[in-house]
Amino acid sequence: MSHPVLRVENLVKEYGEGDATVRALRGVTLDVEKGDYVAIMGASGSGKSTLMNILGCLDVPSAGRYLIDGVDVGDLGEHQLAVLRNRKIGFVFQSFNLIPRMSALANVELPLTYGGVGSAARRERALAALEQVGLSDRVHHDPNQLSGGQQQRVAVARALVTAPAMLLADEPTGNLDTSSTRDVLDIFDRLSVSGRTIVIITHEDDVAAHAKRVIRLVDGRIIEDRRQSPVDGPPPRTSEADRPQATVVGRPPTTSEADRPLAPVDGSPPRTSEAVL
Amino acid sequence: MNPLEILRFALKGLVANKLRSALTTLGILIGVAAVILLVAVGEGSSQSITQNIQRLGANTLTISSSTTGGGGFPGGGAGRSNSGPRTQARQLTLADAKALTDRAQLPSVTTVSPIVTASSATATFEGASHSIAQLVGTYPSYFEAANKPVAQGQYFVNADVSAARKIVVIGRTVAENLFGAQDPIGKAVTISGVPFTVVGVLKESGSSGMQDADDVAIAPLPAVQQSLTGFGSLSQILVQATSAEAATTAQAEITAVLNQLHGIPATGTADFRILNQATLQETVSAATGTFTVLLGAVAAISLLVGGIGITNIMLVTVTERTREIGIRKAIGAPRGAILGQFLLEATLLSLVGGLSGVAIAVIGAQFTIAGIEPVIVPSSIVLALGVSVGIGLFFGSYPANRAAKLRPIQALRHE
Ligand SMILES: Nc1ncnc2c1ncn2[C@@H]1O[C@H](COP(=O)(O)OP(=O)(O)OP(=O)(O)O)[C@@H](O)[C@H]1O
Ligand SMILES: [Mg+2]
Repeated sequence: MSHPVLRVENLVKEYGEGDATVRALRGVTLDVEKGDYVAIMGASGSGKSTLMNILGCLDVPSAGRYLIDGVDVGDLGEHQLAVLRNRKIGFVFQSFNLIPRMSALANVELPLTYGGVGSAARRERALAALEQVGLSDRVHHDPNQLSGGQQQRVAVARALVTAPAMLLADEPTGNLDTSSTRDVLDIFDRLSVSGRTIVIITHEDDVAAHAKRVIRLVDGRIIEDRRQSPVDGPPPRTSEADRPQATVVGRPPTTSEADRPLAPVDGSPPRTSEAVL
Repeated sequence: MNPLEILRFALKGLVANKLRSALTTLGILIGVAAVILLVAVGEGSSQSITQNIQRLGANTLTISSSTTGGGGFPGGGAGRSNSGPRTQARQLTLADAKALTDRAQLPSVTTVSPIVTASSATATFEGASHSIAQLVGTYPSYFEAANKPVAQGQYFVNADVSAARKIVVIGRTVAENLFGAQDPIGKAVTISGVPFTVVGVLKESGSSGMQDADDVAIAPLPAVQQSLTGFGSLSQILVQATSAEAATTAQAEITAVLNQLHGIPATGTADFRILNQATLQETVSAATGTFTVLLGAVAAISLLVGGIGITNIMLVTVTERTREIGIRKAIGAPRGAILGQFLLEATLLSLVGGLSGVAIAVIGAQFTIAGIEPVIVPSSIVLALGVSVGIGLFFGSYPANRAAKLRPIQALRHE
């Protein structure tokens, strides 16, 4: 049997010491298969970012194991970790985290530079990644000359450019308006269709509705793990990608079909019945 | 990853903060330039002093009588009983000078010039009057031994000495004061009431210190003795050794001969004193060496201050860019690349500062500073550059290392 892309076992993360100890994660166990599209939800302070930082090898857990492709990350040295972050993980931050005074192109090239890719190939791949996120006309702009949505798309391009096995995104749409959110989510849907493993954190049900699987955290524990569509299929929203527009246009609310776009109102996503594990 | 890429990042980092980089560079520049220039000034003054001494001739020895030695000293008691009654230190005589010309006993001595001096002899010429600071009566060999070449006219010769001819070679100051624009050669001057004929004018030697070395007149020994000082003792005997290295040997030979002549036992205290130019020179070089070291130390402190400036700037830079470091690490920058980037930034700062400091020092050394022509000491360049780059590496490595060691999330959370 092949290893899951991600496996965490009994992950615990504590901040601080003594009385001031905050237990951000209290034993999280989770497998993510290749090609899955997971949304992590939960109240503020429930430990989502803490979990994500550990998944992205940006932080180390207080206890528990974390395996990527069957390799225990805790056994890796500093340099191997750097290579792992560079090759296998694409991380998108809620706050973009682009390097200031560096053009969009240079920002996207950066992971390739650290990966040792030659300058010509680097440029080509960075331009391709920027085109993928629809920013071909903004490649020479500095981050402070770009809108929030554009900056986030640059950040996504930077995460994609090394063709990592998984894409981790911490509230990638948290700072964006609806149309920018849709741009970014469309990109994620397309990546999911092409077989990339994606984990995103979100507060919004609309965003979570794009995922194949939704995990809910409360106080550092997983309390719900719900599948919305099969791992090897397309993400749930792609097949109906034009539905929001259809709603705007005004589809006659006749059949039972018409209820489906309205279904998210009560917070339960579409296809709930098929997806719950 | 490619070291060139790291260099590119470092350069970008420096250019992103031009003013700060420039000011830091300036600190190192001043430090390096100060070290090189001050050492050069020290070396220049030391060399000019040495040259001044050498102008007297490094191979000359000056013998003068000593009042503390001989019969006046208890240690000399034995000598007194051996050599008959003697209550006073013996003065130097022409006989002493003659004895020193014995090549067999004194192989290291080339010339011996007995000297009598009369100070403040008044010279007059057609109403003009001048008090000559130093009137010297001596032999022709004095001109070479004391390094006093004649610029105009001629020297007097041995025949003039034998004939006790009343002729005189005068210094530039004397010539100007007595004759003004006139040509002094062949003119008769009256020195302390005795008429002398001017045969030559000395080359201007420039005033060295308080004494005007050009306020001098030189005449044959017997002429001065006859008319001014009387045929008593000599003031000094100027001896030239075969070479500067032989000066010490010559000193020993002279001591032996004079001790014998003056009847002083080997254990007694001599009644004469020998001033060795070579020894004097060593003493003075040691003193100027200390001076140079002192200047260098002052400059080194300014270099150190420049180094602390680099450390400070690197600390600020690293702290300010901790978030950026976090981003770079999050997208897979290995520790070496981060460390390399910041170390290279620090090294570039100090290297650019150091090299421009060298350039400025080299340019500055072309000018005369406080009357001294600086002489650049190559080792000071190597040292100053080495120290400045060393400082960059050493002080830059601390903040850079601290930054590179951070976990990505720690760096990203940094405010
Ligand atoms: N560096 C830290 N030091 C101390 N406590 C921390 C630290 N980071 C997070 N915490 C605490 O850990 C808990 C989980 O934080 P985390 O950032 O994972 O929450 P979150 O689920 O991402 O919240 P949000 O939705 O608001 O981003 C919180 O109680 C928080 O106060
Ligand atoms: Mg969070």
